[in-house]
Amino acid sequence: MTIKQVSVFAENRTGGILDVIRALGEGGVDIRALSVADTQGFGILRLIVDNIDKAKSMLSDSGTIYSITDVVGVKVPDSPGGLSSVLTLLADNQINVEYLYAFVSVPGTSAYVVLRVADNDEAIRVLTSNGIELVTEEEITAL
Amino acid sequence: MANYYQKEIETASREEIIAIQNEKLVKTVKRVYENVPYYKAKMDEKGVTPEDIKSIDDLHKLPFLTKDDLREAYPYGLLATDLKDCVRIQSTSGTTGKRVVAFYTQNDIDLWEDCCARAIVAAGGTNEDVCQVCYGYGLFTGGPGLNGGSHKVGCLTLPMSSGNTDRQLMFMTDLGATILCCTPSYAAYLAESIHERGLRDQIKLKAGIFGAEAWTEEMRHDIEEKLGIKAYDIYGLTEISGPGVSFECSEQTGMHINEDHFIAEIINPITGEVLPEGEKGELVFTSLDKEAFPLIRYRTKDICVLSRKKCSCGRTHVKMSKPMGRSDDMLIVKGVNVFPSQIEMVLLKNGLTSNYQIIVDREKHSDTIEVRVEMTPEFFSDSLSQLSAKEKEIVSELKSVLGIYATVKIVEPKSIVRSEGKAVRVIDRRNLYQN
Repeated sequence: MTIKQVSVFAENRTGGILDVIRALGEGGVDIRALSVADTQGFGILRLIVDNIDKAKSMLSDSGTIYSITDVVGVKVPDSPGGLSSVLTLLADNQINVEYLYAFVSVPGTSAYVVLRVADNDEAIRVLTSNGIELVTEEEITAL
Repeated sequence: MANYYQKEIETASREEIIAIQNEKLVKTVKRVYENVPYYKAKMDEKGVTPEDIKSIDDLHKLPFLTKDDLREAYPYGLLATDLKDCVRIQSTSGTTGKRVVAFYTQNDIDLWEDCCARAIVAAGGTNEDVCQVCYGYGLFTGGPGLNGGSHKVGCLTLPMSSGNTDRQLMFMTDLGATILCCTPSYAAYLAESIHERGLRDQIKLKAGIFGAEAWTEEMRHDIEEKLGIKAYDIYGLTEISGPGVSFECSEQTGMHINEDHFIAEIINPITGEVLPEGEKGELVFTSLDKEAFPLIRYRTKDICVLSRKKCSCGRTHVKMSKPMGRSDDMLIVKGVNVFPSQIEMVLLKNGLTSNYQIIVDREKHSDTIEVRVEMTPEFFSDSLSQLSAKEKEIVSELKSVLGIYATVKIVEPKSIVRSEGKAVRVIDRRNLYQN
């Protein structure tokens, strides 16, 4: 039970990220989560959106380079040590986290985190069998 | 002041030079036709026989030779003597695929060194001078050519080769070098270093002989002022012999081509038609004395103008302008020949497209080259480390193909400006060529 992430190529220049965000906004795509990874020359914009198909067609139309990656969305208890328990589980099971970023959170109940790991199935098995709840595509659309 | 190394020939009348060229051309054509199957095939194909060539007026009947021919005939296909009579090879800086290799007999080397000696003497060199040669030594012709010329003149020769500025400056000041031979960009760099270190009053330089890359009049003035010298241009190419095919005299208004050894023509690079004196076109050389590696109508791809205007130095040999550009898209970066197609090949091989741009610039007298290329879906990845690794791989492949370091910048699709639908491949910000 993975969720789809859009990864967009953006040049390191003024307005580089804006162009992508604007194209999505004009197409009525709502951004649920976002993170940026960058090097000296370029960046990768990673997005979780409410409607992945609409996002794909908007990006294709604007000639943007992107790829779709399956990532794991996790509901983390919104309390101190919440994220730590999730990461401990993964580390104990030798699952390497390539990157992660925070998601929308519902104050007082749970925070959502996006995880990019080498083996999604194994991560999902470890997490769910330890009582960690995952975020579904439907939930993201409904947020 | 008459500064000639071989006065009689350097100041010979036009009639005398033509007589020499006629005689040598007829002999050379006969010899290559008989000894080099590659030439014979080319001439047969064009329907020309040695009997058709009676004087330089018949030169236009002969087929052209290009770098492609030299690559095709590599390594021995254009050799016109027995290999046992050859004593040396030199090679061009081209690094892609087959290199161009030129062969020399001892006589070829002697004549080449004579040409360099003429250049040194024209720059005021005598046997009392100390000549510091900081062109590279080895396959590159710069070092060996000027080194030999300096010996012939009788200068005390400092065979420094390139690089190691500290050592260059130490010898220059300690041994009182009076003539400096190197690329103009290295001369500018040395001038800067001398200025920074406050060594100006410790140097004894009076002249510099700078070639192997294009340079502007501004650069000349800058070097002359900083070093307190006269800066002379020298031209040549490995295929024809090396530096010294032509050289500047005291007038500094063009380079005298050693017409007793080479015939120069200017052609229309598209039609191949020979253009009259004074018109701009591609420079073509025919060597008249080369034993091992004679080239007939070799297209240099350098665009320039020839002038027979009387020169105040007394030399009668035709003068060529500084090259004003190239008839192909070759770039010379850090003294190395770079073709955009070499770069394109690396990009395509790595899943990128031919939407690229090469930006050449010069920072602090040193050339830089940046390749901008548009990102493609095939090349893109969500993993930053993977993308960086792929980018590094391109940089390292470019280094091995070009022989020099180029930076790579991956840009967004359609961000490289196209004019009339076609991408502008090269932006050379150095402004080396002036008309």
